[in-house]
This record gives sequence, C-alpha cells and structure tokens, in this order.
Amino acid sequence: MDTEVFRAWIVSAAGVIEANRDHLTQLDAAIGDADHGINLSRGFTAVLGALGSENQAAETPGAILTLTGNTLISRVGGASGPLYGTAFRRAGKALGGAADVDLPALSAALEAALAGVQQLGAAREGDKTMVDALAAATRAFSKAIAGGASQDDALDSLAEAASAGATATISMQALKGRASYLGPRSVGHEDPGAASTALILAALRDAARAGR
Amino acid sequence: MKKLINSPETVVTEALAGVAAAHPSLSVDVENKVITRAGGPRPGKVGLVSGGGSGHEPLHGGFVGYGMLDAACPGEVFTSPVPDQMLAATKAVDGGAGVLHVVKNYTGDVLNFQMAAEMAGDEGIEVVSVVTNDDVAVEDSLYTAGRRGTGATVFVEKIAGALAEEGADLAAVAAVAREVNERSRSFGVALTSCVVPAAGKPTFELGEAEVELGIGIHGEPGRTRATLTPAKELAAVALDAISADLPIGGDLLVMVNGMGGTPLIELYLMFNEVRKYLEGRGGHVARNLVGNYITSLEMQGFSVTVGRLTDELTRLWDAPVDTPALRWGR
Repeated sequence: MDTEVFRAWIVSAAGVIEANRDHLTQLDAAIGDADHGINLSRGFTAVLGALGSENQAAETPGAILTLTGNTLISRVGGASGPLYGTAFRRAGKALGGAADVDLPALSAALEAALAGVQQLGAAREGDKTMVDALAAATRAFSKAIAGGASQDDALDSLAEAASAGATATISMQALKGRASYLGPRSVGHEDPGAASTALILAALRDAARAGR
Repeated sequence: MKKLINSPETVVTEALAGVAAAHPSLSVDVENKVITRAGGPRPGKVGLVSGGGSGHEPLHGGFVGYGMLDAACPGEVFTSPVPDQMLAATKAVDGGAGVLHVVKNYTGDVLNFQMAAEMAGDEGIEVVSVVTNDDVAVEDSLYTAGRRGTGATVFVEKIAGALAEEGADLAAVAAVAREVNERSRSFGVALTSCVVPAAGKPTFELGEAEVELGIGIHGEPGRTRATLTPAKELAAVALDAISADLPIGGDLLVMVNGMGGTPLIELYLMFNEVRKYLEGRGGHVARNLVGNYITSLEMQGFSVTVGRLTDELTRLWDAPVDTPALRWGR
C-alpha cells in the first residue's frame, strides 16, 4: 500500500465520519454529551485541509498518518482528540519513511496505535471504549496475515472485527470516560468511540481495495 | 428549540467576540480561543490557567481577572480545549514563578491539559496541575472515570487566585487549591436537559414530572431519574449525598448554582432550603454564592457545593477580586 492508498484512506475516513456525524452524535447523546460526531467531523475536515495544503509535506504513508494525528490533536479536543491523535501519530511513527507499506508493517502500525491509546487512556478491552474495536481489529488482522491471508482478506478481517468489537460494546457497562458516570445505565448503548473506530478502519479496507 | 445564535458553527467565536467587546479588562484571542487579563503577566506572580468546554459560562472566562484566573481556554461546546490553547495560555501568563493548571476531572480535560503541561515543560515553564473532583454523584472507584470536577472549581479558582495574587509560590498555591478541592463536595439536579447547538435537540428527554439526579455539567444523563418533588426534598437529596461524604459542621462556604435556565427566584428559594438543612445539622453558612456560575447552556436545575472553611480559606475567599463574574473588595 503506497502513499496514495493512505491518502485515499484518510479522505474516505473523513467522508464516512461526515456521513455518520448525526448517528455518532446520537450514540453520544445516549451515554455522553452529544458531541462525538460533531467533534470528529470538525477534526477530519481540518485534516483534509492540512493534507491538501501545499505547506505540509505528506509524502509518505507515515507522514500522512502523523499529520492526521497532529491535526486531530489540535482541532478535536475532548478525549477523542488526544486518543485518536495519539493513535495516528504512533502509527505514523511506526511506518517511518517507507514509501510502501506491506501487511506486516501495517500490523505493526496498528499495534503501535493501540498501545498508544491504551497508555494514554488506560482503557482495557471490556471497558466499553474505542479499544474494544481497535484491539479486536488489530488482533484479527495479525492473525489473518499470520495465516497467509491476502491483503483484501486481511483487511476484511480488520474491518469486520472492528465492527463486531463496536457492536459488542452494546452490552458492556462503561468503565471509562463520560459514559462511566452513568454506571449500569450505559448498558444497552453502543460506544460512540468504538463506532467511529469501526468506521475509520472500514474506510482503510475500502481505500486499499479501490487502490488495487 | 429556540436559541439566540446565528449558526451552530459560529456560536463560540461570536460569543468570544462579545466577551472581548464587553470586558476591556480582558484580552481575548478569538481565533486561538484564549482569554487572558489585559496587561500581561505580573513578574514573580504564579499564573493560573484553567479551561474547559464552552457552554458553562461564566466558567472559566468570566473568572479571569485580578484575584482569580490569569487565563481561560474555552473549547467547543462541552468539549475540552486542545493542548495548543493551554500552551499558548501558559506562555502568556508566565511571570517566571510557574503556572498552576486547574483541571476539572473529565477524561478529555485531563488528557489535553496533560499534553499541554508537557509541552510547556519542554519550553522551560514549570507547570503544576490540580484536578478538581468534588462531585459526589459518581462513585470514586476504579470502575469509573472518577468523580467529576464541578462547583468546587469555582472555589478553587477564587481561593488559589487570591493566594497567587499575594505573591505566594507555586507549591503553596497548588497546596491551597488541593485543600479547597478536598474540603468541598457537590451534587446537581436537572429539571430539563439542554440543547447542544450543533446537535439541535435535547441531549436527553425528561418527562413533565421527572428530574435527573446526580448530573454533571455537560448535559449528560445523571445517575438516576426520579419524580419531581418540592424544592425542600430536592435540597435534602443533594445535601444527604454531600453530607454522607463530608462533615458539615462548622463554617461553610455554600454555592447554590443555577444550571443556566433556572430563574434567580428559584435559586434563592433553593438557597433558603439549603441553609435550613445545613444549619439544622450544625453547619454555619459563613459565605455564599447564589447564581449562575458553572452552567450547562439552558438546562433548568441547580447544583449545590459545600466547602468547609478555615480562617485562612475565609480570608482568601474575602480577598479582593475583579472579574466579570465575581467582583468585591476593589
């Protein structure tokens, strides 16, 4: 996967976040303060602006992800800004200066992103957060490529596991973030951060497929 | 829902422009969203920076001025501000004696302030952070994000601000801030939800005869839903929760705070109930605030904050302050 695939991923992610803005906000109204979709939409709009700007050098996959992360930190706010920002920055750093990214390199980048999110937010799987989507997806992707899966199949596994991880948050009680104040009342609602993670990873699958 | 806005996307910047025009004592950077005292930092004085989502006005921008904050960073509505804002604010208020960050205990606020403090440290500015977590509605355990920072934040900003104004060092200012937080507890009740401008509809629905107990300040649902009862009983619910966690004998600083949409006549009525409850149990309401200090847009409801005073804390509370929202002694 080359720079263009990664650029297409981020553009596609911005589009899918925008398309699901109200849905994500609705999820966040149920167990939060009704701003997740709004905040991510604002952040990714800024990311598109930064990627399109001639002043920013985003010439490698790693640079694209790092720029995405930095922009999200500066524009999103809330918990999502630092968490998604750190995820993208760590992934970008893991990819280094490579012009092309193979499946093992992407796997390492996903692991780095997950580690960054968990270090910063201290969430574990089962806490009803974005980690529930990201950890499941990272694990599924790693397992797929270990089993010799093709790029398309491995990315399908990634996206499907992320989606399943997000759906799995419905029955969980939130132990982190604003939803945790609700205690048992948070059960029965999908976590907005897990939902947005699933959307972003599905966009990666779609961009990689379209790029081949 | 009817609002006095032009468009949801421009609410915060247009409001900041209004704040700037209304208060010449403030220097408002509308584009970067940082509010500071006009005239810059005083050399040798500890700088106080706070911030948080917009929608809680007058918190925090209304508390910038002599005797209280040196800078406030407003984020988008109900959204923590970004590290860039706190870094700019920290640099702007650095008088060479270090900077105190007053951070409300929400994941977003804590993470963004943490990143900003690291960045400031990299630039050679000593930053100490104090986290407020006075809300008793949330269990303080390993199984939640911890108790929320609510009304006590106002007490902390005033009292720590007074000590900083006297020229105390960063360690002492941070210590008094922590002391005030530890000696204060809060509880809130909502009669209605509120409407985030960009969402366009209430965050949650409350029936005609329902209230939400143990609310935060971001329009999120509280811990439990209950039936609306007379003010006296709502006061008792709030104060039962507070007094279960804080001894209420002795001199007290008490705030009955409106959530933004409750009229002053009701807040005073509530204060009467709060005062009767406390004084019937050995508390003496020595100082008070009644009004809108830490709000949630147009939510109807109230929060109570009870702070245990000492002679020194009382002296610092009484010290002169000159901000848009609190002004005495000058």
